Amino acid sequence: MIGLAFFLFLIAIAITTLVIDLATGNEFYRNNVINQDLFGRLQGPSKEHLFGQDEFGRDMLLRMIWAVRYSLFMGSAAVIIGMVCGGVLGAMSGYYGKTVDAVIMRAMDILLAIPSMLLATAIVAALGTSLFNVLLAIAISYIPSFARTVRAAVLTVKDQEFIEAARAIGCHDGEIIFKYIIPNAMAPIIVQATMGLAGAILSIAGLSFLGLGIQPPTPEWGAMLSNARQYIRDAWHVTVIPGLGIMLTILALNLMGDGLRDALDPRLKD
Amino acid sequence: MAEILRVEHLQKYFPVPNGMLHAVDDISFTIDSGNTLGVVGESGCGKSTMGRAILRLHEPTGGKVFFQDRDVLAMNAQEMKNLRREMQIIFQDPFASLNPRMTVSEAIAAPLLVQKIYDRRDKAGITRRVKEIMDMAGLAQRLINTYPHELDGGRRQRIGIARALALNPKFVVCDEPVSALDVSIQAQILNLMQDLQDELGLTYLFITHDLSVVKYISNDILVMYLGQMVEKAPSDKLFSKPMHPYTQALLSAIPVPDPDRPMSRITMKGEITSPVNPEKGCRFAKRCPYATEACTQQDMVLTEQEPGHFVTCLRLQRGEI
Repeated sequence: MIGLAFFLFLIAIAITTLVIDLATGNEFYRNNVINQDLFGRLQGPSKEHLFGQDEFGRDMLLRMIWAVRYSLFMGSAAVIIGMVCGGVLGAMSGYYGKTVDAVIMRAMDILLAIPSMLLATAIVAALGTSLFNVLLAIAISYIPSFARTVRAAVLTVKDQEFIEAARAIGCHDGEIIFKYIIPNAMAPIIVQATMGLAGAILSIAGLSFLGLGIQPPTPEWGAMLSNARQYIRDAWHVTVIPGLGIMLTILALNLMGDGLRDALDPRLKD
Repeated sequence: MAEILRVEHLQKYFPVPNGMLHAVDDISFTIDSGNTLGVVGESGCGKSTMGRAILRLHEPTGGKVFFQDRDVLAMNAQEMKNLRREMQIIFQDPFASLNPRMTVSEAIAAPLLVQKIYDRRDKAGITRRVKEIMDMAGLAQRLINTYPHELDGGRRQRIGIARALALNPKFVVCDEPVSALDVSIQAQILNLMQDLQDELGLTYLFITHDLSVVKYISNDILVMYLGQMVEKAPSDKLFSKPMHPYTQALLSAIPVPDPDRPMSRITMKGEITSPVNPEKGCRFAKRCPYATEACTQQDMVLTEQEPGHFVTCLRLQRGEI
């Protein structure tokens, strides 16, 4: 419940920032989030700046708030792309079996053998740093885990009698997969997606920390952490606050994943 | 009466790690329109596999199936899809055979939509037809939006029947439709199935291991043992004068509800032949009290001992027993 509440709170923040930007034509964003105030650099938390100011004197609270949408939307987009591609591959693999299964799963094994962070780094390094490339890199590294989850779920469902019943009324493979198998295999996929979102947000932060993700001056938690790390001896708040933001978000998503798993699996109820 | 289904030398083998499992081996029979052929045999003898092979839910390894003189096994995907309007199946387990994510109305409407009998947008037409079928299957209309897990076994089996009958089939494979139900509900479902048969002129292939059920519902009975046909005869003949030693043993195992009558059960001894790469000859020979050397020397042939009464037993055919 706490996880869900925090997640909804983050979504609300992300949407609010979008609305503000649209309403003011990015003016508020430029004046308060991007513009520097060098007289106030590295100032600790105060009444005007609740979370203090960063190394360029920008308000940390506002930067933290504006950073939410990048993490959240890019993380979601990456997970959705990974889920759809991995889901289709996994469903085919589980449903057709034999050669199809062997080919797809060995390809996934190869992808899985490469550490996902390394793979993402390689993709970004090869294609250049842009929002889309970061997203693509993370999505690709998520395909194998989704393919495996979906395949396992499909295998448990596909031998049940109602699948045979569907074939007996004349359904073709596509109808069987999308109307009979996927809805019954949804629970583990949703849980995997929630957990995956936490990982994706962490990966984005990680890539940004390495300088391969979102570029300054755009606010992003990982990038903020990276830029602030050289001032860690002089001003604790510039590193602790983005770090806490990342930690709390991941924690909330993991809690939500656990909660969803319990809610979707009737055997775990009560 | 006109023949509706003819099965010739049907075979279904499954590859298993140590060879070929002969699940269905050389089964031949015909069913006349409007009749019921009961298929009995112990668990694992290939009854269900045979039913599914006829519908091509399992692709047969060999043999021929003719439905109204059309060669079923030679049909392409589209012809097969059209044929499914005429051949349907009712499953054994009403808990496994319904999609847990579909309501009653969705489950019954599924065949109508898949076969494009109704347009997806014709909501009123679909609902009308679904209600009609629910009435026919004895399902109260208030259940139309419930999910299968909210209903008991009998009602769920009625949904299975309704789904099978939604397309107005002529021939229905009933794969142990009552064996998962309570005895009191078994009778209800059997009566429903008989009423529907009379009303709609259905032909049933009724698979079961319950001899009292098969006696009640069938015109003809086919007895299977380890994938092979053992005996086929009109129902009354099979019960009054079973010929094959296996059938005799099987019938003697029916419990008699009379405590004073002594049990005259024929107990079978010996090892069960493995259906994986079976040896030549009669598969029942190892357990058969009458078996001789000759029984394991050659494959058994189906012969008509008496009009309509077919048996595959060498010694019977030679007139030795």
